[in-house]
Amino acid sequence: MNRLYELPAWRAAEQIRCGELSAEEYVAHLLDRIGEVEPRVRAFITLLDRENLLGQARLIDKRVKAGEKLGRLAGIPIAVKDNICTLGVRTTCASRMLENYVPPYDATVVERLKAEDAILLGKTNMDEFAMGTSTETSYFGPTRNPWNLERVPGGSSGGSAAAVASGMTPLALGSDTGGSIRCPASFCGVVGLKPTYGLVSRYGLVAYANSLEQIGPITFNVRDCSLLLSIIAGRDPKDATTINAEESYEASGGSLKGFRIGLVRELLGEGTHPAVLEAVHRFAGKLEEAGAELGEVSLPILEYALPAYYIIAMSEASSNLARYDGIRYGFRAEGEGLDWSREFSLTRSLGFGEEVKRRIILGTYALSAGYFDRFFLKAVKAATLIRRSLLEAFKNYTLLLAPTMPIPPFKLGEKIRDPLALYLCDVDTVPVNLAGVPAISLPAGFHEGLPLGAQLIGPPLGEQTLLKAAASYEEVSPESFRRPPI
Amino acid sequence: MRAVEAAAEGLKVRIGLEVHCQITSLKTKLFCSCPSDYRGKPPNSHVCPVCLGLPGSLPVLNWKAVEYAVMAALALNCKVSRRTLFMRKNYFYPDLPKNFQISQYDRAGGAPIGSDGYLEFMVEKKRKTVRIRRVHLEEDPGKLSYKGAIDTSPYTLVDYNRAGIALLEIVTEPDMENPREARAFLQKLRSTLEHLGIFNGGLEGAMRCDANISLEGGGRVEIKNISSFKDVEKALSFEVVRQRDLLKKGIAVRSETRHWDENRRITVSLRVKEEEQDYRYFPEPDLTPIEISEETIRRLQSEMPELPDARRERFIRQYGLPPYDAEVLTSDRAMADFFEDCVKLCGKPKAAANWLMGDVLQVLYSLNQDLAESKLTPAYLAELIGLMDKGEISIKIAKKVLWETMKTGKPPSLVVEEKGWKRIADENKLRSIVEKVFSENVKAVEDALRDPKAAHYLVGKVMEATGGMADPETTYRLISERLKALRGSAS
Repeated sequence: MNRLYELPAWRAAEQIRCGELSAEEYVAHLLDRIGEVEPRVRAFITLLDRENLLGQARLIDKRVKAGEKLGRLAGIPIAVKDNICTLGVRTTCASRMLENYVPPYDATVVERLKAEDAILLGKTNMDEFAMGTSTETSYFGPTRNPWNLERVPGGSSGGSAAAVASGMTPLALGSDTGGSIRCPASFCGVVGLKPTYGLVSRYGLVAYANSLEQIGPITFNVRDCSLLLSIIAGRDPKDATTINAEESYEASGGSLKGFRIGLVRELLGEGTHPAVLEAVHRFAGKLEEAGAELGEVSLPILEYALPAYYIIAMSEASSNLARYDGIRYGFRAEGEGLDWSREFSLTRSLGFGEEVKRRIILGTYALSAGYFDRFFLKAVKAATLIRRSLLEAFKNYTLLLAPTMPIPPFKLGEKIRDPLALYLCDVDTVPVNLAGVPAISLPAGFHEGLPLGAQLIGPPLGEQTLLKAAASYEEVSPESFRRPPI
Repeated sequence: MRAVEAAAEGLKVRIGLEVHCQITSLKTKLFCSCPSDYRGKPPNSHVCPVCLGLPGSLPVLNWKAVEYAVMAALALNCKVSRRTLFMRKNYFYPDLPKNFQISQYDRAGGAPIGSDGYLEFMVEKKRKTVRIRRVHLEEDPGKLSYKGAIDTSPYTLVDYNRAGIALLEIVTEPDMENPREARAFLQKLRSTLEHLGIFNGGLEGAMRCDANISLEGGGRVEIKNISSFKDVEKALSFEVVRQRDLLKKGIAVRSETRHWDENRRITVSLRVKEEEQDYRYFPEPDLTPIEISEETIRRLQSEMPELPDARRERFIRQYGLPPYDAEVLTSDRAMADFFEDCVKLCGKPKAAANWLMGDVLQVLYSLNQDLAESKLTPAYLAELIGLMDKGEISIKIAKKVLWETMKTGKPPSLVVEEKGWKRIADENKLRSIVEKVFSENVKAVEDALRDPKAAHYLVGKVMEATGGMADPETTYRLISERLKALRGSAS
């Protein structure tokens, strides 16, 4: 097969395990594909050495021949967002601050992938410290959308989504604080799932906004998404906020009879691009075709989601990012005769990019005496109300449906000078993080050759239901699951 | 004396303390599994991604620390919060790996583990009560060291072995009126925590203290970096004098933070407080709220060991000790334990108390040791008391034996043996010495024959001949008998 890179991960894994496909051949093929498209897409910050990767693959083949029992991802390469710690492989968060930072430990999710014999392919580009919607704030330069190299891939997990879409890897991990998995999945035309808060361990995920973010899968198809989620989900003694997961997640598909899908009125109004509206309604039609019943739900409280999200995220970020002072690791500004306080300032002024500094300053402000009650506490209350109204909606609806992004992928440089315009792009994704519920973004057709996405939102721990609906949709919408012509 | 000076003399002093005690009985740190016995270990060897605050690491609460904190709160008569949170206290400092400290706070939706308590103690034979504002749990920062003094050192070194050790913060109301009370409070606090079995104050740096002090009409001065009871008293006394002098001269005492320089024995200004530092507290998102159930509180209450006050009353009752002795002995858990172990062996409470509070403390002081590290054991002290009791050594010798035992660790009986300090009570041996003294002191014998009181001179001579080892009673009896015999033969 000369387009081996299009093989779903679950099938490749099966074939490798039973010796039908050699892991070495598979990995070599993907590396060739990377050689072909990566110079144009720039999805990776760090790629592991070819010989090292092929060596790992050969070892898998040897173990297959020896009749050993292998893990569920034996011989399958995976790309990991560069804010997830990898033992011995630099983890930069796309920041000058951590340009040469090599973690001494693996994130729990990485440990779990390795325990299933997956092969770490490389670390993907992102917005600096996951702060952004376009992967343009990366210190290492932007990633390009494989559907149109003039367009952004979305963010902040833009590298992971672009790598999956362009066939450089079948699987990738992203992180989603306010839409950072779903946005690039939507812009690149792939599947991205943000799990229920606490379902996946954050141990080893470099924190941006702890109370909102989750690591999740970015894949080309729903079954791979289920497989990857099954491996990374579940309680971790190293993360006190984790909860128990299902034994495994199935992408069973089939009829959606008995499913009630609620279209969220507030996310389908003004400000949403007509092509996106059309795509979401088409998406709804497909679900109906599969047997689901449609309805409309109104959640007026969502008006407060965007400000609440930014206040909480920036506040937490201002504290999380305080540790980067140049003493223990990372970038350090060399200044003569500076006391520690000025040394810290200089290091942080030079080590952080503009957007990161903006969020640190705004977050510091929101937590300051006199503003804490007016901003931070109010935002937390708004988050509680949003969660409550979503839970209320789930009494009548199995799942909710909304656009992932209000607009199609935009051009590089188009919005980067206008932070507020960029923040507004997160309006559809942030309610999910504030409520701590799961959501999956799925390809929903195209506009002028650019992919569009729609997201299904589930109740807490509703991943199994989400994946079933996603798989049913996938069955009836093959035209939306396409590879970019790169 | 000018009026302003006279007024300054009588100004009321208010002292409050913020005490940080490591929960030394925990085996691991508060939020990771690094071992907590960092003392004497190479710098930065007891660290992991969590206590170093490496990117991506997350804290996991050591629940035992919460239980110990609840016990401390109960022992300090505090109300225990049923639901509490960890908060982030945000400030930049090189000893903080994350540039925030996971701590607790009584506002912004938080509550300390314990609040509104009090501690009673004796000072100058009077009972004093100091109110406790709060007791909470937090992580210890790393340790900074300087070359020489803080304000002149060309560099600062950081050791994160201590970072993440569980720390109890105990904050008092400004109820102490002089430096001595502050010291006595700390002594009682230490004894209380030691009796709970959660704290060993003998470990270097296990109890650290910031003090705030103000004189009537002056600003509030905070003193940081005080590491011993003695230094609390010294630093505060220094401040009382400094502030009083300023006020005498009519100069305002400004509110500021000062650093206690234990080498130079002075406080130096660190920073002037223009306003309260803003720590931007908010709930720690990586930890779930702490629920302390009624059952947990009840269980801990029922498991509570005997505390110093109860122990003092028992000492009075059980051993018939005077209240003062009982107070002194129970102000230090190691001493109270030592006392009881010793009494179990020798059955002489008053003697044991006298020795401990007197000579033992004196020798410890000259050896610059505390009881825990001393070579003296309860068994040795019991043996010493026994030797005296049986008349084998005199009080004078006993003091020498104690010194020798505490210096060398040799049992008292061995010291007596080796030094030949055993009292000579053997009559035959003594009789021959008496004979010798009589033959060498004919004039004195004649005097004694006339005047029985002059016999004491002969006793002294026997003592001299035996290096003080002769048993005085036996010696006296033998001399009397000999004199009587001489009188008999003369008549």
